[in-house]
Amino acid sequence: MTSIKETHLIQERPPVTRHSRRSTWLKINDRLFKYTTWISASLLMITLAAIILFIAKTGFLVFGDVSVVDFFFSAEWAPDEEKYGSAIFIFGTLALTLLTLLIATPISVGIAVFMAEIAPERLKRALNSLLNLLVGIPSIVYGYLGLTVLLPFLRKVTGQPLADGLLASAIVLAIMVLPTITTISSDAISFVPREYREAAYGLGATRLQTIIYIILPAARNGIISAIILGMARALGETMAVVMVIGNVAQWPNGLFTPTAVLTSNIVMQILNVQYDSTWNYALYMMAFILLIISLFLIILIRLMRPKGV
Amino acid sequence: MMKHEAMSRHRKVTWALNGLGTMIFWLIGVLAMLFIVWLLVTILAKGLPKLSFEFLYSLPEELDEGGGIGPVLFNSFYILILSLLLSIPIGIGAGIYLAEYAPKNRFTQLIRICVEGLASVPSIIFGLFGMALFVYYFQIGLTILGGAVSLALLNLPVLTRVTEESIRAIPAGLRESAYALGATKFQVIRTIVIPAAFSGIVTGISLAAGRAYGESAVILLTAGTSHSGRMWDFNLFSPGETLAVHLWYIQSEAIVPDAREIADKSAAVLVFVVLLINLLLRIPVWLNERKFKL
Repeated sequence: MTSIKETHLIQERPPVTRHSRRSTWLKINDRLFKYTTWISASLLMITLAAIILFIAKTGFLVFGDVSVVDFFFSAEWAPDEEKYGSAIFIFGTLALTLLTLLIATPISVGIAVFMAEIAPERLKRALNSLLNLLVGIPSIVYGYLGLTVLLPFLRKVTGQPLADGLLASAIVLAIMVLPTITTISSDAISFVPREYREAAYGLGATRLQTIIYIILPAARNGIISAIILGMARALGETMAVVMVIGNVAQWPNGLFTPTAVLTSNIVMQILNVQYDSTWNYALYMMAFILLIISLFLIILIRLMRPKGV
Repeated sequence: MMKHEAMSRHRKVTWALNGLGTMIFWLIGVLAMLFIVWLLVTILAKGLPKLSFEFLYSLPEELDEGGGIGPVLFNSFYILILSLLLSIPIGIGAGIYLAEYAPKNRFTQLIRICVEGLASVPSIIFGLFGMALFVYYFQIGLTILGGAVSLALLNLPVLTRVTEESIRAIPAGLRESAYALGATKFQVIRTIVIPAAFSGIVTGISLAAGRAYGESAVILLTAGTSHSGRMWDFNLFSPGETLAVHLWYIQSEAIVPDAREIADKSAAVLVFVVLLINLLLRIPVWLNERKFKL
C-alpha cells in the first residue's frame, strides 16, 4: 500500500519551475529576515547587559580599598589622601533632582493642561513644535546659557558673588525636563474619556472644577509617569549641570553654595585618572549608583502602567 | 431667601475662580511659548551675526585669536553619520521584531524592559562604557571609532521605540489585504509596512540624529578633547573632538583671548544645525505623506 502511495506521489510531484524556485527563495528570505530582526532586538538586550556588567565590574573594585560604609556615608572626598566618601555627591544628586521637579512639575502640568484643554488647535500645534525644538537644544548649550545668561542674572538679583550651586542647576534642569513632563502629561490628559468631562459639565461644574476634580485625578498615572521620566533625565544630566553647579566637593548649606553631584564629579575627574586606580573605581561605582536608580525608575513606570498595554 | 442668596454668591465665586484659572493657564502657556522663542533667539542672535564662512572651515588656534572650528565641525558630522550607519539597521530591525514578530511571552517582555531601560541610561554611562571598552579593553585610545560606536548605542533605543510605534500605528487592513494576495511576511513588511511607517521612522531618525549631534558627554569620554589638526581626516583612529565637546573645551580649558566669541558662535552653529537636521529630515516625510493621501 505505502509503496503504491509513494510512487503515486513521486509521479504527482510538479516539475521544478521558475515559480516554485521563487517561492522557496521567498521562504528562505522570510526566515532570514525574521532572524535578522530577532538578532537586532537581542543586541539591545546584550548592550544593556554589557553596560551593567562593565560598570559594575569596575565599580565594585572600589570596595577592595574603601569600606562600603565609608563610600556611601563619608563626606570626605579627597582622592589625594585616599579618601573616597561620596555622600556629598549622592545627596547633591537627590537634592538637585528634587528641586528640579519642584520647579518643573507645576509649570509643566500647567502647560499640559493649557495644551490639552484650553488652547485652540492652532496654538496647541505651535506650542507642541516649540516644545520639540526645546528638546533638540543640546545639553551643553543649556549649560553654556546657564553660565553666560542665568548666572549673571542670578548674581544681579540675589547679590551673590558667584551664584553657582543647586538653584542655578535646578533652573537649567527644569527647563530641560519641561518638554518631557509637558508632552507626556498632555497626552495623558487627552486620553481622559470625553464622557467624564461631559458628566462634570452636566452637573454644572465649571471648567476649572472639571480640570481639578475630574481630569487631573483621571490622568494621574500618566502625569506621575511623566514626572518620573523627567526625574530620570534630571538624574543623569551631566554637561549642563557641570557648567553651573560649581564643582566643589562640599555640602551645599544653601541654594547658592558651589557643590557637586554624581554626574558632574565623574565627568570632571574621569579623564585625569589612571584606569586601574581606586579613584577610577570610585567614579565607576558612582556611575553604577546612577545606573541602578534610573533602571529602578523605569521598572517603577512599568509597574504603574495598566496591565496589557 | 437667605439660602438662595448664599448659593448665588457661591456660584459667583466659583465662576470668578474659573475665569481666574483660565487666565492663569493662558498666562502659563503664552509665557512658555515666549520663553522658548526668546531662548532660541538668544542663542542664535549671539552667534550667527558674527559668523563667517572662514570660521566654519579654518583650524582652531591654541594661543591666538581668530581660530575656527573646521575639524571639529567635520568630526561632528563624521561621527554622526558613522553612528547612524551603525544604529539605523539594528534599531529599525529591533523595532520591526517587536512590532511584527515578537510573541507575547516573558522573553519579549524582557526585551521591552531592556529597550526602555537602555533609553533611560544616562548618557555619561554610555561614555564610561565606551571608555572602558575602547580605551582600556581594546587599547585604541580616544578615537572617532570609539565615539561613533558609543553614540550608536545611545541612539539604538530611540530608533527601536519610534520604529515599533510607527509600525503599530498602521491600520490592520493595509497589512491584511497584502496577506490576502499571498504575500509572505517579509514581502508585506518590505512593501507595505515600511513604506507606510516611513514618515514616523524618519521623524525618529531625525530626533536621534539631533540628539546625537549635540551629545557631548559620550564623545568627551570616548573621542576626547583633541582633533587631528587637519581637515577631512577620515581615519577612524584619529582623536575625534566634536563641536559640542569643543564648546565645552573652549569654555573650560582654552586660553585663547576670544574664547567667549568662539563659544557664542559654536553654540549658535550647534543649535542651527540641530534645527536644520529636524527640518531637512522632514522633507521626505512631507513627500511621503502626500503620496499616501492619494
